[in-house]
Amino acid sequence: MKNDINEAHEAIEYEEDSENIHKDRRIVVPGEIIATGEDYLPGEGARRVEENIYASRFGLVDEQGRVIKVIPIFGAFIPRRNNVVIGRVSDITFYGWIIDIDSASAGFLPIEESPRFINKNEMDQYLGIGDVVAAKIWSVKSKGIDLTLKGKGLGKLEGGFIFRIIPSRVPRVIGREGSMISLIKEKTGCNITVGQNGWIWVKGPNMEEEIRARKAIEFVAEKITMKGLTEKMEEWFSEN
Amino acid sequence: MEKEKTRDSKEFIRSDGRKWNETRPMIAKVGVIPNADGSAMFAFGDTIAIAAVYGPRQLHPQHMQDPSSGILRCNYDLLSFSVYDRKKPGPSRRSQEISKVTEWALSPVIDLEQFPNTVIDVQIYIIQADAGTRTAGINAASMALAHAGIPMKDLVCSVAVGKLDKQIIVDLTKEEEDFEGGEGPTDFAIAKIANSDEFSLMQLDGKIPPERIKEVISVVKETCAKIYEVQKKALKEAVEKTENS
Repeated sequence: MKNDINEAHEAIEYEEDSENIHKDRRIVVPGEIIATGEDYLPGEGARRVEENIYASRFGLVDEQGRVIKVIPIFGAFIPRRNNVVIGRVSDITFYGWIIDIDSASAGFLPIEESPRFINKNEMDQYLGIGDVVAAKIWSVKSKGIDLTLKGKGLGKLEGGFIFRIIPSRVPRVIGREGSMISLIKEKTGCNITVGQNGWIWVKGPNMEEEIRARKAIEFVAEKITMKGLTEKMEEWFSEN
Repeated sequence: MEKEKTRDSKEFIRSDGRKWNETRPMIAKVGVIPNADGSAMFAFGDTIAIAAVYGPRQLHPQHMQDPSSGILRCNYDLLSFSVYDRKKPGPSRRSQEISKVTEWALSPVIDLEQFPNTVIDVQIYIIQADAGTRTAGINAASMALAHAGIPMKDLVCSVAVGKLDKQIIVDLTKEEEDFEGGEGPTDFAIAKIANSDEFSLMQLDGKIPPERIKEVISVVKETCAKIYEVQKKALKEAVEKTENS
């Protein structure tokens, strides 16, 4: 059972998840020296002071060629352009909807960014307060986040339920090119949309399968450094 | 206190059996508050502090927002049952002061330019107090900030140094902090940035001759190195713990 809502997040590149590229799954704390020498370049979460590369964040070391990054494993969602997020309508203004996306600033969804024409007087019939939507971040500015619903798989989410995981675990849940999430979808027969903000929407044929999908996702989100997780999940599904 | 013993600092043994430069047993744990974005516990013997970090999140009131950088907001308090005489809940002069100095102690290491108009809230609560609560609070908050994935240059380690008459001692208990003999009670809370020789907090209550500050600094450096190891170990264990569950 597949539907087109699910595919949106897979189109985006997830370089962060790449189980086999990580040779080194070292955990570092801020201020720790990761590498020494001019051969390396500091990426996100790392900085260079003279000849040492220091971690400037708590997380896992990721070496990709010469670039050293630190991938966070805990913490709040940091919005980026093109992220697909799940949010809840918290207010309706004259020009659009205010959407709570569980980040530092609320998202704004302008009326023009809905996929079809909407009469300004009947906005609440399309999206009312409390409705859940999957939207894409169009831009991130210091004063707010602009969202759009134009895109494959975006729109109002009806039925099912949503729950939250730690946002930095989302790449693990999706897996390489969506391998993990398609495995979970296939095994449970649920429709699942994963927002980069850590909110996950699940709708399945029955309650049991929905709960099974949620348990599976939470299991994946727990295992931060485990290698070959997709194979482990196959096992997990045969046991549960 | 025997006068003879205080002369030779190397052999000085305190009432709880510690050497002059020995801290109480330290315990650190990360991830103690699942609802928070980051959290940690730090204990110096009977002093136990917990810290929770929320954010970056929207800052209210709006006039406090800074469009060039996010801000750090700390809140320190004792819980009412943490001391022998019940502490009246709610902010006090003392807790406001300590909240502020904690904020100043931590802000040099964190880098919030990526998060304009936002706030990072750090809540520090002392669940059991036996002197040195602000230092335990800073240690816990520094770990909690790292746990929350906040960009940081380094961790912050903190310890209090005091005196029993002329004898310098590290990490005082309440009993030692209230020592009235000789030169009187001395409590010198210091926070150090772990991998550099910079200090972000120095608060002295009591008297200490200026020429002995060097002595204090060198013992604080040694002690902070030990605290840093404890903090580092706790952070790394937080990841391993999730693997075996």
